[in-house]
Amino acid sequence: MLGRTAASLFWMSRYIERAENIARLTEVGYRIALTPDIGSGHREDWQSTLIAAAGLNTYLERHSAITPEKVQHFLLFDRDNPSSVRSCLETARNNARAVRTALTREMWEALNSTYIDFTAVKASDLRSGKLPEFLDWVRQRSALFRGSMLGTLLRDEGFHFGQLGAFIERVDNTARILDVKYYVLLPTNESVGGDLDAFQWETILRSVSAHRSYRHVYKDRYRPWNIAEFLILRQEMPRSFRFCYGWIERSLEGLLEILGQSPQSRHDALAILSDLKSASMDEIFQSGLHEFLSNFIKRNNDLSSRIAHDFHFL
Amino acid sequence: MLISIHHRTSYRYDRPFNHAIQALRLTPPTDESQIIRSWSITCPGIEYAAEYQDAFGNVVHLVTPPGETDGLEIEASGVIETNDRAGVIGSTHKIVPPAIFLRPTAKTIESPAIAALALQCCRATRLDTLHALLSSIHETVTYDTDATHALTTAAEAFRAKRGVCQDHAHIFIAAAHVLGIPARYVTGYLLIEGDTAAFAHHAWAEAYTDDLGWIGFDAANGVCPTNHYARLAIGFDAPTAAPVRGTMRGAGSEDLSVEVVVRAGDQ
Amino acid sequence: MKFHAFNDQSGGTTRPSAGFDEMVRPDGSIRPAYQKLADWLSQQSRGLMAKKQEEAEAIFRRLGITFAVYGDSASNERLIPFDLIPRIISAKEWRFLERGIEQRVRALNAFLYDIYHRQEIIRAGRIPAELITNNEAFLPEMIGFDPPRKIYSHIIGTDIVRTGENDFFVLEDNLRIPSGVSYMLEDREAMMHLFPELFAAHRVAPVERYPELLRQTLESVAPAGCKGDPTIAVLTPGIYNSAFFEHSFLADQMGVELVQGSDLFVEDGALYMRTIAGKEKVDVLYRRVDDAYLDPLTFRPDSSLGVPGLFDLYRAGHVTIVNAPGTGIADDKAVYAYVPDITEFYTGQKPILQNVPTWRCAIKDECAHVVQNLDTLVVKEVHGSGGYGMLIGPHATKAERASFAKKIAAKPSNYIAQPTLSLSTCPSNVGKGPSPRHVDLRPFVLVGDRVRITPGGLTRVALKKGSLVVNSSQGGGTKDTWVLED
Repeated sequence: MLGRTAASLFWMSRYIERAENIARLTEVGYRIALTPDIGSGHREDWQSTLIAAAGLNTYLERHSAITPEKVQHFLLFDRDNPSSVRSCLETARNNARAVRTALTREMWEALNSTYIDFTAVKASDLRSGKLPEFLDWVRQRSALFRGSMLGTLLRDEGFHFGQLGAFIERVDNTARILDVKYYVLLPTNESVGGDLDAFQWETILRSVSAHRSYRHVYKDRYRPWNIAEFLILRQEMPRSFRFCYGWIERSLEGLLEILGQSPQSRHDALAILSDLKSASMDEIFQSGLHEFLSNFIKRNNDLSSRIAHDFHFL
Repeated sequence: MLISIHHRTSYRYDRPFNHAIQALRLTPPTDESQIIRSWSITCPGIEYAAEYQDAFGNVVHLVTPPGETDGLEIEASGVIETNDRAGVIGSTHKIVPPAIFLRPTAKTIESPAIAALALQCCRATRLDTLHALLSSIHETVTYDTDATHALTTAAEAFRAKRGVCQDHAHIFIAAAHVLGIPARYVTGYLLIEGDTAAFAHHAWAEAYTDDLGWIGFDAANGVCPTNHYARLAIGFDAPTAAPVRGTMRGAGSEDLSVEVVVRAGDQ
Repeated sequence: MKFHAFNDQSGGTTRPSAGFDEMVRPDGSIRPAYQKLADWLSQQSRGLMAKKQEEAEAIFRRLGITFAVYGDSASNERLIPFDLIPRIISAKEWRFLERGIEQRVRALNAFLYDIYHRQEIIRAGRIPAELITNNEAFLPEMIGFDPPRKIYSHIIGTDIVRTGENDFFVLEDNLRIPSGVSYMLEDREAMMHLFPELFAAHRVAPVERYPELLRQTLESVAPAGCKGDPTIAVLTPGIYNSAFFEHSFLADQMGVELVQGSDLFVEDGALYMRTIAGKEKVDVLYRRVDDAYLDPLTFRPDSSLGVPGLFDLYRAGHVTIVNAPGTGIADDKAVYAYVPDITEFYTGQKPILQNVPTWRCAIKDECAHVVQNLDTLVVKEVHGSGGYGMLIGPHATKAERASFAKKIAAKPSNYIAQPTLSLSTCPSNVGKGPSPRHVDLRPFVLVGDRVRITPGGLTRVALKKGSLVVNSSQGGGTKDTWVLED
């Protein structure tokens, strides 16, 4: 397989995952805007959304003020924002076109029709409360793509690169969401536990679609300690660090079996996974949650570059 | 006579990179004006070079220096036995139709001024015409190493009335084309006793006549080549006859230096 | 939508005369090859055909052709309309075409070898020297090089038109990088799905082996030093090229890599592609990138579509480029007029297929004829393609003709002229049911260890009533072409 083909599959998956994540973040932001203003105000929440979406700087280069309409447009439709849902779908589709024959028809159609239908939607169509429905649709389409991939794609090199892209993007997203709000998760806050905090905690969980599953696992009210543990260390949580790294490691293992060589990236991934396996929330809070998250985001990024290097992505 | 040649080309890159690639036209031909007594090229990767004869008969080595590199040294050296044929080379590499050398390139495209000069040089025979062109260009265009650069065209150099051997050759070719005479570019070496630097790495033009074949014309010096001249490679113009032609992928800038030493004898 | 690389050769005029009808004789009787189809057509309702037309769209969508569509807007349309009614060519007619095409492509390859070597044909005075040496399509870099098996054009799409029972003309030879073969294959695929019973009722010569034959052809011209099975790759300019679908399709069907320039590099005298496991040597490169962009070291230095050093490797015999650079000299419009002479010169036989009569404005008498008859002729620029710089005499205004006459006078050698041909017609499915429409034919030819011509080819049809323009940009479509076996 060409290095470029592998790169295209990797980035195609990453961008579809990103489109879904941005849609979810936008939805959470929209929800906050509907709730009564508690304390700090909504402006800050949209700012947090932009930070979590890694788009605050790009946004501020273009807009002087943070307003819900502008942020929504920026996150969903802005062609100049490389991480807007629109840009993500376009980049994913271009990558898919370049390697069309490495995809199944189901995958291609899921992606192609999503892109075509998305481009038919104008921002003005989404007034009068149509936004949640639309964001739901984006997430469903992403799920359709992943379902097609899991259900129809041969388990060869291509599949592993697709998986790597998806999980590296997903875990990066989870880490960012946590890092933006890490201060509300610090144990010192727990005693306070006011309405504002409860609201923030729920927001974090909603951003990773985990506000219901949390209850199933913890059978308890929202507690920051648990939330952090849920998103970082629990292997049954499909957007947690631990879960994502389980798949990243498995995909690199799969590539090792096919190619017969063990690249540096696999050692790096194994090291991250074993750190996650042996970590405890005690230690993480002791040594600093923010530091832990920043370090993790960096290690994950480094792994992505290392994969590109090891497999000759260009 | 025997002429010994040392030709060194060095590249320095501002940052290291992979996949440097160089096409070397660094193998002088044996023809009616010269016999190669000994010749060798040293360059990293030369042992794996792809070697072939190009359309004009030049021997080309395509080399890719191994690994990451921040510079490159290419050395060619050997001994050539030359004889004085007053510039007449004859019909080398018979397969190429001489008329192909009527094609202009960006470097040799005529200007109205060059055309005017060419027309003034028309004589009864093609050979006389070419000699008239030779002296006319030699007198009109002053040798000046600061007036032009590697990318200067014939038209530009002729407007400045200044240039180096490359410019004289380009102007000669452009003027010959105006008169319908096939003309081509030659790179080579020139032995000047007591002076090794200035002209050692030299270039001139060759023009075609039906009875004599190809004949050399060195407009920079106003003469036809003698046994002090050794031919290296031919082409349409300086870029296509370049002894070293390379590319680097996505790298920054490069520094190029060429050092040629030509001596009489075989040492 | 534009269909790249096809160019607007078919005259492009409407004429009162109906043209030769390939199905129905002037007396109303049906020609034998079409008998079964005619019977079948008479039994189909308009509703059924409309339903089948919809199904055809779904099939093309499934086959994946839709992804070639550009841009942001509606993308579920096919590039070119598909006409449900097949064109039928009898075994006898095909044998004739096949012989004629083979003769022609062999002669043109021999011509290419000759003009890049000793130029015997010029020495023999059969073509003027200036035609070659002054021609931009003649690539001096190719002089004196022997490509494997001395073949230059391995993949050819010969454009043929018919004007009568036995009158077939070659309109253009297309020896550079002809496209359209994916449409031939997909049209067949669609017809077998849509009308299995009709298909089974005819003994149709298969086309689906084309990718396999292409692969064999490419393998057969591997460099002499290549050990073991040669590695083949298809070089594409990338996803923004209008024929990208075809590049991707052919690579997939042959089971080889589809590469871009950036996937390739030269090292130690060999061409490699970057794979996830390191580098892999490439022996034969089927390139769909124009000559000028192949190698920035030898050709356009600003090209990022090619590979530095590729041409040097080719000349050193370390990789094969298919088709060879410089084949354009043999399908140049100025050279076209000489192809009958060329054929005779290299084969010693009379040409089997005719050329369209062509007047060369470079020749004084012929030029005078052209200028006097501008109202009936099609005048083309020698190096033009895609219908640019063309005058369609019968459709032009007086003023247009006058201004074109001036252009010809200024540079006569830049123009040739041909009569407007009345192309043959075939029944086509157009709204109200089958109705005759003008067609041309592009058979696809492979030249390697032997000449392989896929039976049939791509039939293009002018769907507009009376139109002779088969170009997709102007209402042209494609249809499946059935060559019957005895």
